[in-house]
Amino acid sequence: MQPIISVSNLSKTYATGFRALKNINLDINRGEIFALLGPNGAGKTTLIGIICGIVNPSEGKVTADGHDIIRDYRQARSRIGLVPQELTTDAFETVWATVSFSRGLFGKKADPAYVEKILRDLSLWDKKDSKLITLSGGMKRRVMIAKALSHEPQILFLDEPTAGVDVELRRDMWEVVRSLRDTGVTIILTTHYIEEAEEMADRVGVISHGEIILVEDKAELMRKLGRKQLRLQLLNPLDAVPASLGTYGMELADGGRELVYTYDTAGERTGITSLLQDLNESGIRFKDLQTHQSSLEEIFVSLVRKQP
Amino acid sequence: MNYRAMRSIYLFEMARTWRTLLQSIVSPVISTSLYFVVFGAAIGSRIEEIDGVSYGAFIVPGLIMLSLLTQSISNASFGIYFPKFTGTIYEILSAPVSFLEITASYVGAAASKSIILGLIILATAALFVPLHIAHPFWMLLFLVLTAVTFSLFGFIIGIWADGFEKLQLVPLLIVTPLTFLGGSFYSINMLPPFWQKVTLFNPVVYLVSGFRWSFFGIADVSVGISLGMTLVFLAVCLCIVAWIFKTGYRLKT
Repeated sequence: MQPIISVSNLSKTYATGFRALKNINLDINRGEIFALLGPNGAGKTTLIGIICGIVNPSEGKVTADGHDIIRDYRQARSRIGLVPQELTTDAFETVWATVSFSRGLFGKKADPAYVEKILRDLSLWDKKDSKLITLSGGMKRRVMIAKALSHEPQILFLDEPTAGVDVELRRDMWEVVRSLRDTGVTIILTTHYIEEAEEMADRVGVISHGEIILVEDKAELMRKLGRKQLRLQLLNPLDAVPASLGTYGMELADGGRELVYTYDTAGERTGITSLLQDLNESGIRFKDLQTHQSSLEEIFVSLVRKQP
Repeated sequence: MNYRAMRSIYLFEMARTWRTLLQSIVSPVISTSLYFVVFGAAIGSRIEEIDGVSYGAFIVPGLIMLSLLTQSISNASFGIYFPKFTGTIYEILSAPVSFLEITASYVGAAASKSIILGLIILATAALFVPLHIAHPFWMLLFLVLTAVTFSLFGFIIGIWADGFEKLQLVPLLIVTPLTFLGGSFYSINMLPPFWQKVTLFNPVVYLVSGFRWSFFGIADVSVGISLGMTLVFLAVCLCIVAWIFKTGYRLKT
């Protein structure tokens, strides 16, 4: 299937000489939730800005649903909705007016029934006549999502959608995003809340210093890079790992009171059974054990650290 | 052409006008009335007729021009500067609209607003002095042309400005002096010969003169030149806007 967004050899150098993006290549599949992860200043917002037409690319090409974002900008942009990171709204407009304005701006015929549906879906209906200045931050964020959805886009960009949003609202927001995906909208979200990507995304891309350093199916990524650790709390502290257990590559921790075994969840055999047998034969007894799987966050941190 | 988008922006901008009715319509009308009271009635009654026109009536075209210029510039510059300032411009830039459509909508709204204002001031003036308009068609043409040209000029200022100070700078330091010295309150024939020459470098002279001719059939410079100069200024503004959009100056990074 043709990707809905295709970015090839995209670079951006700002007038100051700062290279925000370096030769980015990225395909987004139709109907997926794609999470773009990266530390602050990695180039996430610049990349989104270029695709949406706010930032001029220096080199490279981007197509949205097969339409070049520069040569064929009307077709490309009418398919894209953008929720930017900053909460920027017209203070004195009402919710209804601002969402209807967005629809018209994108060239769509007025459709009060559709606007009503969006506002109801986002729990904004009872605020429809409120001025934006009177709304809370979380409500404003919803209004911005409503504006982005007003022209029925196929692609929705959410730039840090849950920054500064409380836990409950964040969960609501995730629900909204999931139900949008169910209607066939492709969603690209940037975040530095790893749990968000872990919770929501189908695929994850990691960007650091203007380069995409990894794009992977989320489950695959967790499998590939997700290491699991078995920690055994020993009854009697050890000075060194006994030679009979040398093949497991274990480490001692907590002053010899803990034995740590790291293994790969992707492997057919984890070696745990034989390890426990060997421990028994060596007469090493333990009082407790825990296993721990690395989260996307730990994977992410270790990936970004590897970058020069 | 994305007419729906243009309509949306135009109506959005006009809605801002109605929301700030006091500031955008009532205050210019009040200040113009004050000019009539002071210059027309109090001082004007002691000034002799100029080219057969009473001083009170003589200043009417100039006063309308004064409001038209300052309001066109401030409406248009504020209209585009404010979204830049608050950040809501992201939506306009990401929408399937061309720069031409964006400009036409913003400038169209700003110009509509100042034309309405100009006509209201004209009606107000009619309450103070007897008015007869010799060439109504030309009067409207000058009104519209000036409103559009200076709204375009204001739009450029709004894009160029990166702070509220710059937004005020050009109207305050350039446009207001040029208007006052551009023959709004006097005929340039009243000036010493040297200053008559200097004053011809002031573009506002041509606007006021042409506009006044459409009222009374008298002019400081010929109407053809007035019209020509207005069109030249319009063309210059169009070129600057075209350049802004080609380069994305101060709009896109």
